[in-house]
Amino acid sequence: MKADPRGVKTGAHYLDGDHACAEGALAAGCRFFAGYPITPSTEVAERIASRFPLVGGVFIQMEDELASIAAVLGGSWGGKKSMTVTSGPGFSLMMENIGLGVMTETPCVVVNVQRGGPSTGLPTLPGQQDMMQARWGSHGDYEIIAIVPNSPQECFDLTIQAFNLSEKYRVPVLVMMDECVGHMTEKVVIPPAEEIEVFNRKLYDGPKDQYLPYEVDNTNGRVPLMAHAGDGYRFHVTGLTHDEKGYPVMNAEVQQECVSRLIDKINKNTDDIIQYEEEQITNADVVVVTYGISSRVSMRAIRLAREQGLNVGLFRLITAWPFPEKRIKQIAKKVKAFVMVELNLGQMVYELERCIAGKAKVKLAPHAGGWVHNPTDILKIIKEAAK
Amino acid sequence: MTEATHPMENILRMDRMPHIWCPGCGIGTAVTAFAMALEKAEIPLDNIAVVSGIGCTGRVAGYMKLDSFHTTHGRAIPFATGLKLANPELTVIVFSGDGDLIAIGGNHFIHAARRNVDINVFCLNNFNYAMTGGQSGPTTPEPAITTTSPYGAFEHPFSLPFLAEGSGAVYVSRWTALHIRRLTNSMTEALQKRGFSFVEIIAPCPTLYSRRNRLGDGLEELKYYHDQIVIDHEADTRELGIGFRDQIVVGNFVDRERPTFMDALNTRFTEVFGKKYEPYGKVAHENGN
Repeated sequence: MKADPRGVKTGAHYLDGDHACAEGALAAGCRFFAGYPITPSTEVAERIASRFPLVGGVFIQMEDELASIAAVLGGSWGGKKSMTVTSGPGFSLMMENIGLGVMTETPCVVVNVQRGGPSTGLPTLPGQQDMMQARWGSHGDYEIIAIVPNSPQECFDLTIQAFNLSEKYRVPVLVMMDECVGHMTEKVVIPPAEEIEVFNRKLYDGPKDQYLPYEVDNTNGRVPLMAHAGDGYRFHVTGLTHDEKGYPVMNAEVQQECVSRLIDKINKNTDDIIQYEEEQITNADVVVVTYGISSRVSMRAIRLAREQGLNVGLFRLITAWPFPEKRIKQIAKKVKAFVMVELNLGQMVYELERCIAGKAKVKLAPHAGGWVHNPTDILKIIKEAAK
Repeated sequence: MTEATHPMENILRMDRMPHIWCPGCGIGTAVTAFAMALEKAEIPLDNIAVVSGIGCTGRVAGYMKLDSFHTTHGRAIPFATGLKLANPELTVIVFSGDGDLIAIGGNHFIHAARRNVDINVFCLNNFNYAMTGGQSGPTTPEPAITTTSPYGAFEHPFSLPFLAEGSGAVYVSRWTALHIRRLTNSMTEALQKRGFSFVEIIAPCPTLYSRRNRLGDGLEELKYYHDQIVIDHEADTRELGIGFRDQIVVGNFVDRERPTFMDALNTRFTEVFGKKYEPYGKVAHENGN
């Protein structure tokens, strides 16, 4: 499927990450947006509010983030690709309904332009401190998809991809930007609509009396076929544990079946979902694992290390969740050490350590947020790791 | 011999019966009135979506053979807002309880009314949180006994019609589980009215509210409604507070016109963009939905 040209502003632009993200949503076919202002994400909502009227979209500023995410889920069941945008405090408020989105298998995109926390923290300054919340923030067992752009161009490209993945796997997809990437302005090339691939949710079109909203279609990656309200199937959707009819069933057997499938549809499709960028991994002694703005700062440190004769590779997470476990395990067999560079005091590093399971050394280059790392601090840790 | 069928089997999920509600509970009666109103309003059943939150009344969506959504606690109204704005052709009803809509969901209630989103909110008020075992809530009259007001409630309760009118609802009524015919008619009017319509349904909770307050069974509660109800369509909603075992004023209090969210959006954008703007959801509006 190609993008609807109404939403695509083809050309070379000079945009910040927030605006590029909004353009990505428009190009992906997002036509319902509900949000609440919060720094440093507000510019996404502002651009959508300004662009939607002439592309057939509906923008609504809700009374809070609880309402925003609930409206986004409703918008998706009403048949529109739907999105909301927020930052830390709002992301916290959205957690319960992100779980409802997971449980009811509602395609939608939630963008978090991360700032420093906890609590109100540093509204105008960067952080990457919601990475574990993205994975575990809602209650219960589940899997989710979270992707991390490191440039305005990627804010555009990966927002489209976030929609495509959410439509394909019927799961909320989180775009984990950060204040730096959101507010940095660079060249963003928006291709012609016919060059943008969009994926639309697969809809049921069989006999009305035979529709089972949560019947597993094994040909479709364990993802059930969706129907929209008003399509005539008169289906039921609940956040309670449910059977294939969508009816609540309160027992351990149905719980096992229901939750396992929600997990399997992500975990058994990781080859399709996961993306990463590698550079000079083959002969590396040390591999720097990083993401978002930290990956760009790390590049400087890596170059300095190479100038000093060290063999340092880069592994950039584009997909943070599900974590590229398989690939990290392969690399762990060959290298001496990993250095995780992230704008927090240790989050993704725990997942890295779990995957490496002692096969190589792991060092963290921590930062409490509020600014980016100093490349020389990263260099110091790379050198320690290389010893 | 023909097999007996339930008269509402086209609108209720008979494969989910029996329902979870207690004997004497008023929710079943309210659902009957709702089903009859949907028929009377002559809205094609395929175009209706019901959204509930959490609680005893929150289970209503699950028993309606319609597109039905059982969402999270307090969030039925914003979910319904998204549904309606994404597909303006739908008739959207939020059917939930007083705790769900007015306590945890209170902010959404006032803002949806303010925006005049074209949805119908049917709020069943049984004066307590029943699903969790009978705790006090934003409608519990002073000084009713509940598990969290063991010495009697002492907070001032909301008057829901006053709150709805003050927030901007275009249709506001209150009936009880005794007034099946009037409740049905009022729900029908609400369904046919464009904009944010609000119907409060006072209903017995014999298992928890009545038992803890030694008020007898469900029938006893209906007798109380019979004896203490005053029907007054002209009543000032500022005076509709409900005291413990006091008289309850019911009626169709508000029926007024105000542009809906979608009307206002289309008007504004047409003014600004002229012919470049294609009014959103226009077809549905012309059909009087």
